[in-house]
Amino acid sequence: MLEFRKEFFKDERDDNLNEVGQPRQRQDMLGHVTGRTRYFDDHAFEGLLHLKVLRSPHSHARLRSIDTAAAERAPGVKRVIRAADVPVNKNTLLSLINFGKDDEPLLAVDKVRYKGEPILAVVAESEAAAYDALAKVRVEYDPLPAVFDVEEALKPGAPVVNETYPANTFEYHEKYNHQKLRFGDVERAFAQADFVVEERYQMSPIEHAPTETNGSIAAPETNDRFVVHSSTQALFFSLGTAAKLLDVPSNRLHYIGGTVGGGFGGKVDSLTEPLSILGAMLTGRPVRYVLNREEEMLYGCPRGAERHYIKDGVMRDGRIVARKVTSYFDAGAYTRLSSYGAVKCAAHIPGPYTIPNVCADVYCVYTNRTPATAMRGFGITGVDFSLEVQMDKLAHKVGMDPMEFRILNAYRDGDMKAHRREAHNCALIECVQVAAEKANWPISDTYRRMNSLTGGGGERAVIPATATDENGRIGGGRPATGTTSRPPAPPPRVPLPAAAQPRAPQPQPAMSQPRVAPPPPAPPPPAAQPVKPAATPQHGATRFSSVFGTRRR
Amino acid sequence: MTKTPVQFRLNGSDKAVFVDGGENLLNVLRRGVGDMSAKYGCGQGTCGVCTVLIDGEPQLACLTLAETCAGRSVETALGLSDGPNLHPLQNAFMDHFAAQCGFCTSGMLMAAKALLDRNPSPTREDVAEAISGNICRCTGYEPIINAILDAASKRGGQASGG
Repeated sequence: MLEFRKEFFKDERDDNLNEVGQPRQRQDMLGHVTGRTRYFDDHAFEGLLHLKVLRSPHSHARLRSIDTAAAERAPGVKRVIRAADVPVNKNTLLSLINFGKDDEPLLAVDKVRYKGEPILAVVAESEAAAYDALAKVRVEYDPLPAVFDVEEALKPGAPVVNETYPANTFEYHEKYNHQKLRFGDVERAFAQADFVVEERYQMSPIEHAPTETNGSIAAPETNDRFVVHSSTQALFFSLGTAAKLLDVPSNRLHYIGGTVGGGFGGKVDSLTEPLSILGAMLTGRPVRYVLNREEEMLYGCPRGAERHYIKDGVMRDGRIVARKVTSYFDAGAYTRLSSYGAVKCAAHIPGPYTIPNVCADVYCVYTNRTPATAMRGFGITGVDFSLEVQMDKLAHKVGMDPMEFRILNAYRDGDMKAHRREAHNCALIECVQVAAEKANWPISDTYRRMNSLTGGGGERAVIPATATDENGRIGGGRPATGTTSRPPAPPPRVPLPAAAQPRAPQPQPAMSQPRVAPPPPAPPPPAAQPVKPAATPQHGATRFSSVFGTRRR
Repeated sequence: MTKTPVQFRLNGSDKAVFVDGGENLLNVLRRGVGDMSAKYGCGQGTCGVCTVLIDGEPQLACLTLAETCAGRSVETALGLSDGPNLHPLQNAFMDHFAAQCGFCTSGMLMAAKALLDRNPSPTREDVAEAISGNICRCTGYEPIINAILDAASKRGGQASGG
């Protein structure tokens, strides 16, 4: 059962709530326990056809020729769908929010970029007939050198995975090859630190393995629309993606979904819907395209592999004074959502700790692996795991208890984050205290009495000058194309906090001080802001504005 | 392709269908007679979401040839409740939040029913063993095991055809 620790932050909370904290039965539970919940595949259609795709056996190859003559004559086959049948055969998922270039075909053209990439589809009276016909397709390949490692992919002369991004890196704002975070001067801080700890962390791709595989059924309706029963986790996202690929107004697609047999992020990519709908358009009959378990495991988009290098400077008293992170996100052959995952990673560094000098470079890299996608906190989970393992190693290095080490370095209200936002509503200290209590992990009275409300701000709220190189640039990372040099900048004027000057907050009795919230300032009156004419029309949800760079800075 | 007539009982009602050679029971249930409660998860007998009872024994419908069900009694999750009156296992699954996405629930319920019909007072280990062939990717197994134990205790440890 849920436990509410209401002694924390009690003056910030209205406990006079009628619903929150009350157990309530889910509206879908009765359907689940009676076997009557309708998932996408639980809809019967007269004349249902089955679609299966031919997948590349190569990780990287040119398509020299494709012969479908025998497959088209095979028993039960209604239609073979080739790349040329796809009205707009190039897309990137986040184009719906105007982020990134179209880089992925629905069916491969000229070249395959990962093992399992769809090349063509067969629509037949049964799944067995579709499989039999696929076995009759003749494809000639010219295998190409493939690259499977993010750092190998960045070396000069590495195979170009995806010609849309010839440097094998996603391009942010159409000119930057990575996400960059700079705060203070890590190199100077490393020189002054008592210890420097540098480690490499490698994550594997992870398949979501939902019990229901990805799939959809599309059928013509009588009003010139197509009904689409889908397993998607992202119904309107899939609707927009299919409308774009098939070049139809989205109001001709009638999506029905929302009941998902497990997703965890693996049902965001519209893996099946566009081909189901195209099959229904081309045959005039209901078409079902469901991944079998082998396809789901091998070719269903996984959580991407990540590599993180973390270098920390720490003082003997446990204060972390510098953190430098270089991260590589393996997008696989196409962008999907990895570009956004890398943005989230950069936004998460250095973790929930107040560190006066932070430096990070985060790359989204293309390799000849299965395209990666969303999965439960993608962009965060891998780097967070790495950072927390690193925290344990640092605690061990300075001989501190790992719980106390986290409390010492945790964000407190009023601290300045490396992203130049003040920390508010911090609660890490309290979480660690409760976790220690639950685990019967002894922590000293000093650390048990610390809290998030006190000890922050002041010197910890200062934004240090950002270190620059001799050209006045913040430097680091790999050279991006198209940047121009700027005149030299003066050296940083704000000195580093001296090692002798403790930043650690003084212990305070818990809850001695109510958190005083000043009344919020009145919102500024709406004013007509000067609008800079955009070179290209911008659209998309404004809450993603920081992603594609139109946010006011 | 030659079709074979097959008659069997489904949740107490007689069914007669024509099946293809090699067609599995899961396909016949779902596409042939319209009982969608058993699910396709792997087609290889590894996930358990297609678990049904055949003459009271838990079986994987995706690996069961439909022709072998002739003259036998098949039970699915659709047959667990009697109109609005839920089976004790169904009530317990609701009370214990023992389903999240719900996709494994039908198979999980049938594996649990087979256990309770055979052993009205199972231990925690008995329950874990009984559902060891059923994969859940959402809720975790603890609430499911708790629900099955709760259903057993609420039935007073008395065996019933339920």
